[in-house]
Amino acid sequence: MSGRLAGGGRLIDRATPVSFTFNGARLSGFAGDTLASALLANGLLLQGRSFKYHRPRGPVASGVEEPNALVNLGTGARSEPNARTTVTELREGLVARSQNHWPSLGFDLGAVNARFAPLLPAGFYYKTFIHPRAAWKSLFEPAIRRSAGLGVVPEEGDADRYEYLYAHCDVLVAGGGVSGLAAALAAGRAGARVLLMEQTPVWGGRALVDGPEIAGGPAADWIAAALGELDALPNVTRRARAMVAGAYDHGYALAEEMLGDTDFGPRARLWRIRARRIVTATGALERPLAFAGNDVPGVMLASAVRDYLELYGVSVGDRTVVVTNNDDGYRTAIALARAGRTVPAVLDARPAAGGALPEEARALGIRIETGRGVARVRGGKAVRGVAVCDQEGEGAVVGRIACDAVAMSGGWSPVVHLWSHSGGRLAWNETLAHFAPDTGRPPLGPDGEGFAIPAGCASGALVAEEAMNDAHAAGLRAAQELGFRVEDTPAPAARSPHEDPPRAVWMMPARARPGLRAKAFLDFQNDVKVSDVRLAAREGYVSVEHAKRYTTLGMATDQGKLSNINGLATLSQALSIPIPEVGTTTFRPPYTPVTFGALAGEARGALFKPTRRTPIDAWSDANGADWEPVGDWRRPFCYRHGTETRAEAVRREVLNTRQGVGVLDASTLGKILVKGADAGKFLDLLYTNVMSSLGIGKCRYGLMCNENGFLFDDGVVIRMAEDTFLCHTTTGGSDRVAAWMEEWLQTEWWDLRVHVVNLTEQYAQIAVVGPKARAVLSALGGMDLSKEAMPFMTFAEGTLGGVPARAHRISFSGELSFEVAVPANRGQAFWDAVMTAGAAHGIAPYGTECLHILRAEKGFIMIGDETDGTVIPQDLGLSWAVSKKKADFIGKRAQARPEMTRPDRETLVGLRTGDPAVVLPDGAHAVDGPVAASGPTRTIGHVTSSYFSPTLGHSIAMALIERGAERMGQVLDFPLEGGEVIRATVCDPVFLDREGSRQNV
Amino acid sequence: MSDLTVSRVAPRGMVTIRADLGGPGAQAALLAATGCVMPGQRRIALQGRRALAWMAPDEAMLFLPPEEVAEVPGRIAAALGAAPHLAVDVSDARVIFRIAGPGARMVLAKGAPVDLAPQAFRPGDFRRTRLGQVAVAFWMTGDGAFELMCFRSVAGFVEDWLLNAARSVDPGLFAEG
Repeated sequence: MSGRLAGGGRLIDRATPVSFTFNGARLSGFAGDTLASALLANGLLLQGRSFKYHRPRGPVASGVEEPNALVNLGTGARSEPNARTTVTELREGLVARSQNHWPSLGFDLGAVNARFAPLLPAGFYYKTFIHPRAAWKSLFEPAIRRSAGLGVVPEEGDADRYEYLYAHCDVLVAGGGVSGLAAALAAGRAGARVLLMEQTPVWGGRALVDGPEIAGGPAADWIAAALGELDALPNVTRRARAMVAGAYDHGYALAEEMLGDTDFGPRARLWRIRARRIVTATGALERPLAFAGNDVPGVMLASAVRDYLELYGVSVGDRTVVVTNNDDGYRTAIALARAGRTVPAVLDARPAAGGALPEEARALGIRIETGRGVARVRGGKAVRGVAVCDQEGEGAVVGRIACDAVAMSGGWSPVVHLWSHSGGRLAWNETLAHFAPDTGRPPLGPDGEGFAIPAGCASGALVAEEAMNDAHAAGLRAAQELGFRVEDTPAPAARSPHEDPPRAVWMMPARARPGLRAKAFLDFQNDVKVSDVRLAAREGYVSVEHAKRYTTLGMATDQGKLSNINGLATLSQALSIPIPEVGTTTFRPPYTPVTFGALAGEARGALFKPTRRTPIDAWSDANGADWEPVGDWRRPFCYRHGTETRAEAVRREVLNTRQGVGVLDASTLGKILVKGADAGKFLDLLYTNVMSSLGIGKCRYGLMCNENGFLFDDGVVIRMAEDTFLCHTTTGGSDRVAAWMEEWLQTEWWDLRVHVVNLTEQYAQIAVVGPKARAVLSALGGMDLSKEAMPFMTFAEGTLGGVPARAHRISFSGELSFEVAVPANRGQAFWDAVMTAGAAHGIAPYGTECLHILRAEKGFIMIGDETDGTVIPQDLGLSWAVSKKKADFIGKRAQARPEMTRPDRETLVGLRTGDPAVVLPDGAHAVDGPVAASGPTRTIGHVTSSYFSPTLGHSIAMALIERGAERMGQVLDFPLEGGEVIRATVCDPVFLDREGSRQNV
Repeated sequence: MSDLTVSRVAPRGMVTIRADLGGPGAQAALLAATGCVMPGQRRIALQGRRALAWMAPDEAMLFLPPEEVAEVPGRIAAALGAAPHLAVDVSDARVIFRIAGPGARMVLAKGAPVDLAPQAFRPGDFRRTRLGQVAVAFWMTGDGAFELMCFRSVAGFVEDWLLNAARSVDPGLFAEG
């Protein structure tokens, strides 16, 4: 049984107990513990259940690679699923719950799945639930959904805050083990700006446990000295608890720094890093061995067993069998023996074990059995013993050893994730049986040079001396490549016992019978066994990427950190294809899961998305505005008085504007200044109609199309001087049109003498609309607004009520209308003046819905309603605004293509419903002929705008209908969802005042 | 705990100038018209109550007392003569914030992909960039504070954003040498 030893534990502070709860039980650990070490100290080896078979599982690792020991942390607004106990720092009051079981961790009904394991082979998702078809939706899917999944999604909003931080450096060093420290020192001494990040709270990595001698003394002493020197270098920044999650194109990297669960400050910080070089000092991960029962709680990586022992003073078991294919595994046997634990035997799969570490183990009296392996582990929720076999056999048992823990070591794989994320290639090392960075083929930066440099174990240098030399050289090289003067200093000298090479073991025993293969797990979390991968191979899966998805190998939250190499080696054997040819699956960021909160950063609540607000926004908000989003802006849909409904407010606003006077905040309309000797020529190219002929002081409605001829913006252009125009755009189009103009000027028409400035935000624009509009504005004084002085489609500049103003006689409503632009800082004052002057005339503000109805009554199109990116001006009856004389304009050639000129295009019409009270739904489809009871129905168009017109007392709609102009007077059927059919008569889209007499007064 | 402050500054006169700033005589013409030397790329020339900022290869922003704005376009037209140019009052289009005190660099680094390390961003440096999701420009003044401008329609959002970012700064990061 696991438990805390009386002594030892480099990272824990036995004077500081920490209490926490696991599945409701109050437990105690020490400061410095991880949740995993504290649970083990309390004898709790069983920490989770697997995904598919709900098998009982304990931690198999001691770090980020842990696939089994996942828990739900916290409660309520601070709840987080799928946290690995192995990297969760213990803190006072921590609340953890195990996952993926019902009703309890110890007794899980879902474990019955394991009894049916033969029915749930690789790819069972694709095979099992196919027939009967109807059962999928009602039976299979709900059942699978209930039993699948790991943790529980939090139901409350996250109580914590998060933030981004942009950082720039010359050299980013990912990993704070001794290799990372050596690389950071080398680059930092040369003067490079170094950012050093370590994912755990502790610096020094595995050297703390495996203790090579560095610079003539203990590793821990060198680590302390290195940290001191780094801190003295002003050009070096180091952050613990900061995991470099991904390395992207051109040396861009993301890192997640955990800052703690507190009410003060953010919980996590997402670093967005521009690094000129990235040194990947990410270490190596130990591989499990594939033998039957290798997932029983108590079977652990050998490195994890000694981590718990050395770092936390925790013993995983009283009697630990070590099974290994390499010398490093002996370190665990030695450490256990030195701590007074019993090691009944080391089973070494190699024919001989003659290295320094095996010799040391022998000297301690540990029995070493070479050429041997584990046939199977006895036990369910805990290890009771192992059956020993010959590694080269089929699994015949040659002996039994009683034990309560098994430490396994299948060799070490460099962590190549960051190297590989943006294209660094790998090379297979036959001797060490692992993939390591192929330094000749690194990921390339903007200068065409490799931007990543592997260091230490991460580059495949697994022995301390080689690792330190490699890491030191990596740091020097990074600095040198960036132009820093580096001195040819020696690497810190490291010494560790000589190690003999490992022997690749992908199945234990090598010729294991099917029954054993079906219990030998490769991917612990997803319950993928050797037998599953072999089945995939038999069924024809030869690509490692396909086999991964078919078997779900490596698709769990640990992303195959333990299973990747073992899985592809198993596939390689089954296919009889060499491992390098099978290759690896793609390494994708993040290295370990990054919490969603960190990715969202500050963008939540009020900061979720910027909303643009006009100078009149505060007034509208205080005066009943019922807001709606329009582009990036918010605009009042209507202004509600008292208990009015939306519909009542809109009706009131329409009638008040048509009969008296209304006022609209039109500040959101784009206003783009175009100035230069060639301004007219430029606008003639941009708009479909002629703008160069516009007289100074005049206004003209214009259309803009893209290269494909499709209408994308419209608005009124005014000419302010011979060389100066102001182009009004739609609310959503101001930035787009300004960018569009710049693009053409910069890339195609750079010879035109034209400058463009987007003045949208410089002005508040207020439309005073209705028969009494002139009376209201005239009362302000300062400008002659008479019909004679300012006819329709002209403008004038002056002052109104003491405010500098540009008044335009333009109308989007069909009424007498003045749109007045004033400096934005004076906008509210001018609005107030208009409201005061208009009070006697019953002036009232109106919102976007009223605006829409007013324009629809007049048959005016709205970009985004009548257009959808496939509509040309000619479809909308706007041929009058498309010049036939101009040699060219954007879209002209496209509009001459057969598709654009065919007679059966959908064109704009009006619609009147048979029942005047019935309003067609927006987007309702018209069908060809009466709706058929059965069989296919052909659609001939759809409704683009539809309203009830308070002015006319009946519904109005516009639609794009095939051969629309030819259908005047036809009655069309509009079938709705649910079987109802609305019938409407095709008519002219101008419903009110065809002559335009109302606006021309 | 710290005297990190975020505040709106009083409205300033602003004029957007577009012209071939590298063209012959442009530098002298701008100096004559604005009283400011045209700064280099990503720089702002700070001269008392006036400042001239590089916005793009053919665009500059002039800051000056509001009462002096009206005469600037005329002066620029006179100075640049026939050379194509545009000068227009944009004083109302933007809002300017001041971020001052320890941690100001980090506040901006939370939202702008700009190297804000003390050795990389100094007084007179100017960037058009973004803060979170919003287009902004900021620069460092002679007293080591930052000024940041954004369009007026998003000023409320930017103010909230800055105040939120200023709630917690790590004094160890971006420390002045």
